[in-house]
Amino acid sequence: MASSDELIHLESITKVYGSGDGAVAALQEFTLTVATGESLAVMGPSGSGKSTLMNILGCLDTPTSGRYWFAGQDVSRLNETELAHVRNRRIGFVFQQFQLLPKLSAWRNVELPLLYRNVRDRRGLALKALEQVGLSNRVNHRPSQLSGGQQQRVAIARALVTNPDLILADEPTGNLDTASSRDVLAVIRELNEQGRTIIIITHDPEVAPVAKRTVHVRDGRLVAQVAA
Amino acid sequence: MSLLKTIETGLSSLLGHRLRSVLTTLGILFGVAAVIATVGIGQASSDSVTARITSLGTNLLTITAGSSVSAGVFGGAGSANTLSMSDVQGLQDRESAPDIAAVAPVSQGRATLVDGSTNWSTTVSGSTGGWLVTNTRTMVSGTFFNANDVATRTQVIVLGSTTAANLGAGVGDIVLVKQIPFQVIGILASAGSQGFGNQDDLAVVPFTTAQDELFGGGVQRILLSATSASTIGSAYLEANQILLQTHHITNPSQADFTITTQTQVLSTAQAVTQTLTILLASVAAISLLVGGIGVMNIMLVSVTERTSEIGLRKALGATPVDLFRQFVIEAGMLTALGGLLGVATGLAVGYVVPRAANIAVHITPLPVIVAVAVAVAVGLVFGVYPALRAARLAPIEALRAQ
Repeated sequence: MASSDELIHLESITKVYGSGDGAVAALQEFTLTVATGESLAVMGPSGSGKSTLMNILGCLDTPTSGRYWFAGQDVSRLNETELAHVRNRRIGFVFQQFQLLPKLSAWRNVELPLLYRNVRDRRGLALKALEQVGLSNRVNHRPSQLSGGQQQRVAIARALVTNPDLILADEPTGNLDTASSRDVLAVIRELNEQGRTIIIITHDPEVAPVAKRTVHVRDGRLVAQVAA
Repeated sequence: MSLLKTIETGLSSLLGHRLRSVLTTLGILFGVAAVIATVGIGQASSDSVTARITSLGTNLLTITAGSSVSAGVFGGAGSANTLSMSDVQGLQDRESAPDIAAVAPVSQGRATLVDGSTNWSTTVSGSTGGWLVTNTRTMVSGTFFNANDVATRTQVIVLGSTTAANLGAGVGDIVLVKQIPFQVIGILASAGSQGFGNQDDLAVVPFTTAQDELFGGGVQRILLSATSASTIGSAYLEANQILLQTHHITNPSQADFTITTQTQVLSTAQAVTQTLTILLASVAAISLLVGGIGVMNIMLVSVTERTSEIGLRKALGATPVDLFRQFVIEAGMLTALGGLLGVATGLAVGYVVPRAANIAVHITPLPVIVAVAVAVAVGLVFGVYPALRAARLAPIEALRAQ
């Protein structure tokens, strides 16, 4: 069983895509523990299985076998609706493509996850999250009116707004120039310093140092752990 | 997600594709408007047929010659001339026919009436004094001819109000029918234009005069009037009995005459208009169905287009139920809007058509309610499949779609 300060505990996770001869094991017997408040970078080249790992960690997909404990709860056998609740209440996502809805203003985008739970004063919470990422002066701008770095910071605010246990960032700087990358990584580091658990999935060696610990994935297996 | 928020989100998504939403709505709009308008027109024609027939008098029975069945060929009612004045006399016998109040033979043809320099073509009937009673007509001026006029073949004529007006003829004038002079002795009170043809555009002359001077031939039909609406049944039986006797027919199924009551005519006419209404409404309903398929099509496009948005919403915690509701409500809003606009269009048609095209439209609440309910139901039903597609999308694959 997971101990109390363990936020994430993956135990012998295997994920197989397809069946029969075409079956591909994207993750094999993968075991990983992440403590509350930790910052972790998951590194690996494309095809290494890190995207699959991200999907499982984010409760977007379920493993073929193995167990996944999230904050003491076994989430590896939950149905789609239960997984949706876990994602909504406990996980904030930051995607490489930002994934902002183009027709909504910044604060309306940040508000989105709050729509799927009963929260009053969604606007107040959204404005507070935008303030945390330094975008108080851009709340009514549409994504197309913001720079890439600003868009990604809106996405981070959206991940923050539900006050999640985990922020899961998938190549958060993949679409950004160097200066914007630096901004976004600074925000992420700051969040971790405030005590939030962060997992960054990346193939970029320059991003990994933001995290205190780095794990390398290759061919669906954990190959090395490096503490910064 | 709360219902209100779902509706708000749906609305903003529909407004985001204004032209598309409007075009989709049009399909439903026309469907609903067509249903309302056609049912309204059907209702109006049914009402008017009922009113026309009722205005002829519900106590009326009509005896027509035939139907003649010869070697399996149905000649049609009236094709065999089997009625005669002796039938009329038999039916006038109060003892064997106590429930028959009045009897009038009719022989009819079209003729041109000439009054001075004016001429007017109309229907001229030869009949007896019973004509006025059986047709429940009254005089506006002058008198109707009597039994004596019929017996002595007087050359007198009674005109309908329209005919009199068109000829410019009044009581005492002489009009020529087929070059034969007739004296106008009365003008009928208007019965309105309800009837099979204009009931005010006609002329009536004594039966014997018509037979000798105008059309020749025998009795085309006999009009009977029962003593009251409740004695129509017994009047029918009496008339049937008398005619079987005078025609020496033992087997009633071989009768060479047909007796119809107004109720029979009424129910036949109503059945016909009802069938027509159903036919028209079915065509309209099909267009509503086609509109519904249009909604489904657009919703499928919308789901495909918004795959990555669906994926994002799922990642942020939207459950399959949330997304299902989202898309069903969007489809429902499209059709509800189309339905309401369709009602407005249908009502507008109901207002404009009677004024522009002289077609009566009678819109009743029921088809309006049914059409809107069906439109919304169509939207919900046709929205279900696209909504299920949205709800079932796997979040990772949906997110990956860009």
